[in-house]
Amino acid sequence: MSNQQKHWEKTRGLLFMTLAIWFVFSIGIFLFGAEMNEVTGPFGYPWTYWFTCQGSLGIFVILIFWFANRQEKIDEEFGFSEREDE
Amino acid sequence: MKGNFIDNLPKVYGIYTGGFIGFIIIMAIAEQMGMSAKAIGIAFVAFTVFIYALIGWLSRTAQADAYYVAGRQVPTVFNGMATAADWMSGASFVAMAGGIYFKGYGYMALLVGWTGGYVLVASLLAPYLRKFGCYTVPDFIGTRYGGNLARFSAVVVLTVASFTYVTAQINATGTIASVALDIPFQYAVYIGLISILLCSMLGGMRGVTWTQVAQYIVLIIAYLLPVFWISNKMGAGFFPHFMLADEVARIGELEQQFGFVKNSAADLANVPKGLAGITKAHSAVNATPWAFISLALAMMMGTASLPHVMMRYFTTPSVKAARKSVGWSLFFIFLLYSSAPMLATLSKLSLIDPSLPTGIIGKSIAEVQAIDWYQNWNQANLMFISDFNGNGTVELNEFFMGGKAVVLATPEIAGLPYVISGLVAAGGMAAAMSTADGLILAIANAISHDVYYKIIDPKAETAKRLVVARVLLVVIGFAGATIAAMEIQGILGSVIWAFDFAMSGLFFPLVLGVWWKRANRQGAIAGMLGGLAAGAWYLVWVRTGGSGFLGITQLTFGIFGSAVSLVAMVVVSLMTQEPDKATQKMVDDVRVPSGRTVIGKQ
Repeated sequence: MSNQQKHWEKTRGLLFMTLAIWFVFSIGIFLFGAEMNEVTGPFGYPWTYWFTCQGSLGIFVILIFWFANRQEKIDEEFGFSEREDE
Repeated sequence: MKGNFIDNLPKVYGIYTGGFIGFIIIMAIAEQMGMSAKAIGIAFVAFTVFIYALIGWLSRTAQADAYYVAGRQVPTVFNGMATAADWMSGASFVAMAGGIYFKGYGYMALLVGWTGGYVLVASLLAPYLRKFGCYTVPDFIGTRYGGNLARFSAVVVLTVASFTYVTAQINATGTIASVALDIPFQYAVYIGLISILLCSMLGGMRGVTWTQVAQYIVLIIAYLLPVFWISNKMGAGFFPHFMLADEVARIGELEQQFGFVKNSAADLANVPKGLAGITKAHSAVNATPWAFISLALAMMMGTASLPHVMMRYFTTPSVKAARKSVGWSLFFIFLLYSSAPMLATLSKLSLIDPSLPTGIIGKSIAEVQAIDWYQNWNQANLMFISDFNGNGTVELNEFFMGGKAVVLATPEIAGLPYVISGLVAAGGMAAAMSTADGLILAIANAISHDVYYKIIDPKAETAKRLVVARVLLVVIGFAGATIAAMEIQGILGSVIWAFDFAMSGLFFPLVLGVWWKRANRQGAIAGMLGGLAAGAWYLVWVRTGGSGFLGITQLTFGIFGSAVSLVAMVVVSLMTQEPDKATQKMVDDVRVPSGRTVIGKQ
């Protein structure tokens, strides 16, 4: 397998992992919205309410930065990162 | 100042922010000295619009690279701010807290959808389109799939989606300008339009970028300052986001106590159009899982297909920067979106809690009708009470408000000085202008670059291309304003449709262009046109009394459109020849960040 194929394989792996986390916090948990809302969550808000106003939103922000860092590592590993002057 | 402009950005915008805060303080002092509310409103809107116009003029350019992609040198964090302003429309600013106030959980799917979409942008598209080196989104489609028809189809989808969106934005600038400047809406729309064009006409993407950063600073100050102030004034907590649990619980208690009484149709006929009462629980789950998830999903896929957002990531210096920049964009969006539910909570509690001095439920009708702010907002057609049961006191089901009033009126109800209301007007104006600019530019650039330069006259010189681009900008702006002046749809409905149109036609052709090498021209064309047609058909069908299926409503028709698009694209691609070697090589190049852009200098 060529260097580029390996790079793409890892990139795809990272994509699936990112999308899995994204799926959980944008879709998965809201399948149980009613049940989850019965339980008190962070700062005393009901869990579902908290996820819709802060939780999921904040997790997405962190997820994107995490994804960007991981992808940079993958690019470096295979020598595909950009030169600084580009 | 030494050094070039880019190196000095933090300093420039630091001074700008300081200057703006200074302006707020001067206005506050002027208010104490007797400046009228109307004069303060005019000063806020006029001052900020003047600054944007100045930035637009300073950013003027005659180079294609600067006009289309701001010279590809916008630093990550600043591009994040510009994207956040580009993204957060007049609807986000003025109507979102109101939507949460009235509809609660079911509406908050939009918060999840309009943020979650950025994960798709960052992981599926933005870095690859940046590597591609295109000027516009149809530029990517046209080059990846080849042929004028593919390019033209992308322009069609882009225009339909963005134009639906832009009329709502021009409408919002008109509404705010008409209130702040006290002129009729029909004229205010054109004043709004001229302000919008001043930012973008001379500098194109460069001008829009630097004005959007300035607009973000204004809109975020204008949104957060009142939220924090009201929370502190009410004694609800100095950092509302972490401290409103008791208030949320208290609203639930009051809802139980008052109950949601259903009004008769005859009673409701007296309520002015556009106003609503509180009929849904504040923090309870009031929508089925699928209703919530389908709306969130439609908004997420729409986010990843809207060209005016995508093209912001063409302006970063590198692929790496494009990825990080998506993170910063969402961070800056998060600041406002996470505050909207807090504002809705504070606003609702201050109105309905009888134990608070501002609460009106349980007071006598005559007493509430004598309150200053009630009279003001009643006159503006945003507030209304009526004694349906004739007992002389205001009940929960007898109080009606417009969605916009949550953002616009809460500062006044909570007893904040008028200077805050002026600030909020300036913030709403900034939000609507920045989004309108991004959208008009997206349409004009697609038509000037993809239709005029790439299809009609490939030999056109830069100067001529930029003249065409600017003429189109003005024409599209006026077309949008003319439709906005007719006041056909509400602000929010048309915004959501834009997402559905975009995802119907563009989501899969864009994503598969990068992630599926086998996708070819025929498939992409089938996907774009088939998806758009299917989505549009579904919308018309449901609007004209069709029953719909699978719980897909007129707000989520993009789910149907994009499903048709996916099937059409895959089936047609597999039935026709696979893309040639050169195209496959192009896809390989897009997938690695290093090396030159695929398109190269245009």
